[in-house]
Amino acid sequence: MSTDRRIYIPRRQIIRGILATAAFAATTKLSGCADGGTDTGADTQGGADGETLTIGFIYVGAKDDFGWNQAHAEGAAEIAKLPGVKLVEQASVPETKEVQEVMRSMIEQDGAKIIFPTSFGYFNPHVLEMAKQFPDVQFFHCSTLWEEGMPTNVGNYYADTDEGQFIAGRIAAQTSKSGKLGFVAAKPVNPVLRNINGFIMGARSVKPDMKMQVIFTGDWNVPVKEAEATNSLADQGVDVIGVHVDSPKVVIETAEKRGIFSSGYHTNQASLAPKGYLTGTTFHWGQIYKEYVESIKAGKKVADGGIPRILQGSLKEDYIQMAPFGAAVTGEVKTDAEQTQAKIVDGSLVVYTGEIKDNTGKVRIPKGTAYAVNDPALDKVDWLANGVIGSAS
Amino acid sequence: MTTSSTNWRKTAEAIAIPLGALLFALVLFGLFCALNGKNPFAVYSLIFRSAFSSWGAFQGTLLRAAPLMLTALCTALPARLGLMIIGNEGALVMGGLGAVMAGLLLSFGSVTPGPEQLQQVSGIPSFFVLFGMAMGAIVAGGIWIAIAGALRHYRAVNETISSLLMNYIAIAIMNQLVGGAIQDPSETIKASSFALPAVNRLTSLPGTRIHYGLLYGIIVCILAYVLIQKTTFGFAARTAGGNVKAARIAGLPVGKLTIIICFLAGSCAGLAGMAEVAAVHGRVNESLIAGYGYTGILVAFVARYNPIACILVAILLGGIISSGGALQRNLDMPDATVLVFQGLVFLVILYSDSLYGRFKIFKEPTPAAPPPPSPSTALPV
Repeated sequence: MSTDRRIYIPRRQIIRGILATAAFAATTKLSGCADGGTDTGADTQGGADGETLTIGFIYVGAKDDFGWNQAHAEGAAEIAKLPGVKLVEQASVPETKEVQEVMRSMIEQDGAKIIFPTSFGYFNPHVLEMAKQFPDVQFFHCSTLWEEGMPTNVGNYYADTDEGQFIAGRIAAQTSKSGKLGFVAAKPVNPVLRNINGFIMGARSVKPDMKMQVIFTGDWNVPVKEAEATNSLADQGVDVIGVHVDSPKVVIETAEKRGIFSSGYHTNQASLAPKGYLTGTTFHWGQIYKEYVESIKAGKKVADGGIPRILQGSLKEDYIQMAPFGAAVTGEVKTDAEQTQAKIVDGSLVVYTGEIKDNTGKVRIPKGTAYAVNDPALDKVDWLANGVIGSAS
Repeated sequence: MTTSSTNWRKTAEAIAIPLGALLFALVLFGLFCALNGKNPFAVYSLIFRSAFSSWGAFQGTLLRAAPLMLTALCTALPARLGLMIIGNEGALVMGGLGAVMAGLLLSFGSVTPGPEQLQQVSGIPSFFVLFGMAMGAIVAGGIWIAIAGALRHYRAVNETISSLLMNYIAIAIMNQLVGGAIQDPSETIKASSFALPAVNRLTSLPGTRIHYGLLYGIIVCILAYVLIQKTTFGFAARTAGGNVKAARIAGLPVGKLTIIICFLAGSCAGLAGMAEVAAVHGRVNESLIAGYGYTGILVAFVARYNPIACILVAILLGGIISSGGALQRNLDMPDATVLVFQGLVFLVILYSDSLYGRFKIFKEPTPAAPPPPSPSTALPV
């Protein structure tokens, strides 16, 4: 009948299409609802019985996010090179029933005997649930969450970054001309607060009158707010910015655009800011993963204590490293950073040495007390150190 | 006679067009894979095997489909009334909050139980606690979307925009509550509510790893279908959706219909939140925001707002999602591949909407001129 209207698409249809596309983009963005894993023809059934050790890695976001996930993926890539190790990886797995399905198919279909679920939120209930169902598989989760009564085939590992932040803070203080630092942070929770404190304590160990404005964006991954925060810090005259969000990419790039310096986190972001990137505290998970692979190949298990329940370390253990210093870091500053690192490693410098006051003037660590970075007392830090402008609540 | 033949053709059209669109999307995706140097047929067979080939694999598909059926109804029901509600995520979050608060109250007598209270779970049978949680979720999610409906009816606020923005408000309310009023202080790094006791969780269907949320989804979708297609209430809603002025003139209570339908829509998404909380997480925290709400919108669009079709589309989507992992692990394809596939399927199916009524074969043949009366019957005997 209406041959002339063959390519006519009603306006309502177009609006709907656009809406759906937008909603689709939102889905992708918000969740990575996209991945999954019940699987298929397994070519490596029970891959661990012979020579090959199959290890499953699960990431909550993309493997090239310049952040938390990339740090883990780089660690995984390091052990993939070892002989007799086969890697199965899955990225963008949300913290829902989905991750249980992914673990199940890695175990049942790919024959994984070791699982590294790398996101914090995977632990309870997902990792615990799977650990109960697969007692012969070992799960190593990046946190310090294991408690008595939980399945014994679950181990923890963690790296404390306070010392790296301290060195980065010293570099920041020596680079800053305005005397004002900035910090873009996700949420005022313990590990973030400790990184902020490490940064300002390092800075004030060089120049005791340094100030640092902190902005909490409220979430781990909100690129728009991170850019706004960076811009507003730059507007306030801040000339070095530290960061602790899931992916520091946006903060580092925005800082570079504004012509100020930045100090990264998680992994090396130098390629994003060739001029302004100073350094950054980077995780060296590959070291921990290598230790695990060696123990497991020797037949050790976390369930019977052959592998420690928790592997925790910092600079000394090579679990964290400083990112290669950027072009803006002068020779003197470099030498100072290297010396500081040597002192921390040999134990002559302890970052948390009293007296340490918070930014309301209250003494938090009294004179004569010093805490190593893995001291449980530091897990209770819920304050911001002296010199930080901002509030932890 | 004529009506039944029309129905037959309509049904055939309603099946053939989405199916054809799906095949076309598969071809497009195959081209995409071929461009990336992967054999499209290997990809197809992997998608099929990992999503539908065995009972174990199909369970994974159903498990992922379960929350989508319910969140899809949050868009599908108001759409029959001519409203475009996309506040599914917010209603799901509010439902989760309502469920966890009801569950904690019924289990421990308080939403922030002290150490002694945590030790003794109340004697209320788990069935009633779960029922209470479902009610909490239905009311919380329902009121949330009913607000968008009321704003639409009384203040003429665009319901699409308001319900979308209310998603963010709901998430902010959740973050505020789990970080303050209902926070479990022992969870220091990830702010969460207290956990529900193990006895008051939703279990799996016997012999499977699928939780009862799937059953909720299927039952509610069927109920929604009956409500919309087979009752006077549903007829009134569809009439108002067709022409609101005509409905008003006919004396239909459009305002009441709007608010009730919006409430029902929100309560469906709320129920999805309850199933997530009671079966998967056991508590409320930001893991609840997994995009089920937004994916539900897509399911509703593709199902053309038909609640029964929502079940099938949710299962199809569950299959696509569950094959994504296999593509990553077995064929080394990037994690965004499945998003490309999903995007192609949705766009093609959506645009195929404009094909309805364009194919002669599905058209009722124009009734021929009435046959000349045959002499034998023309004359009364």
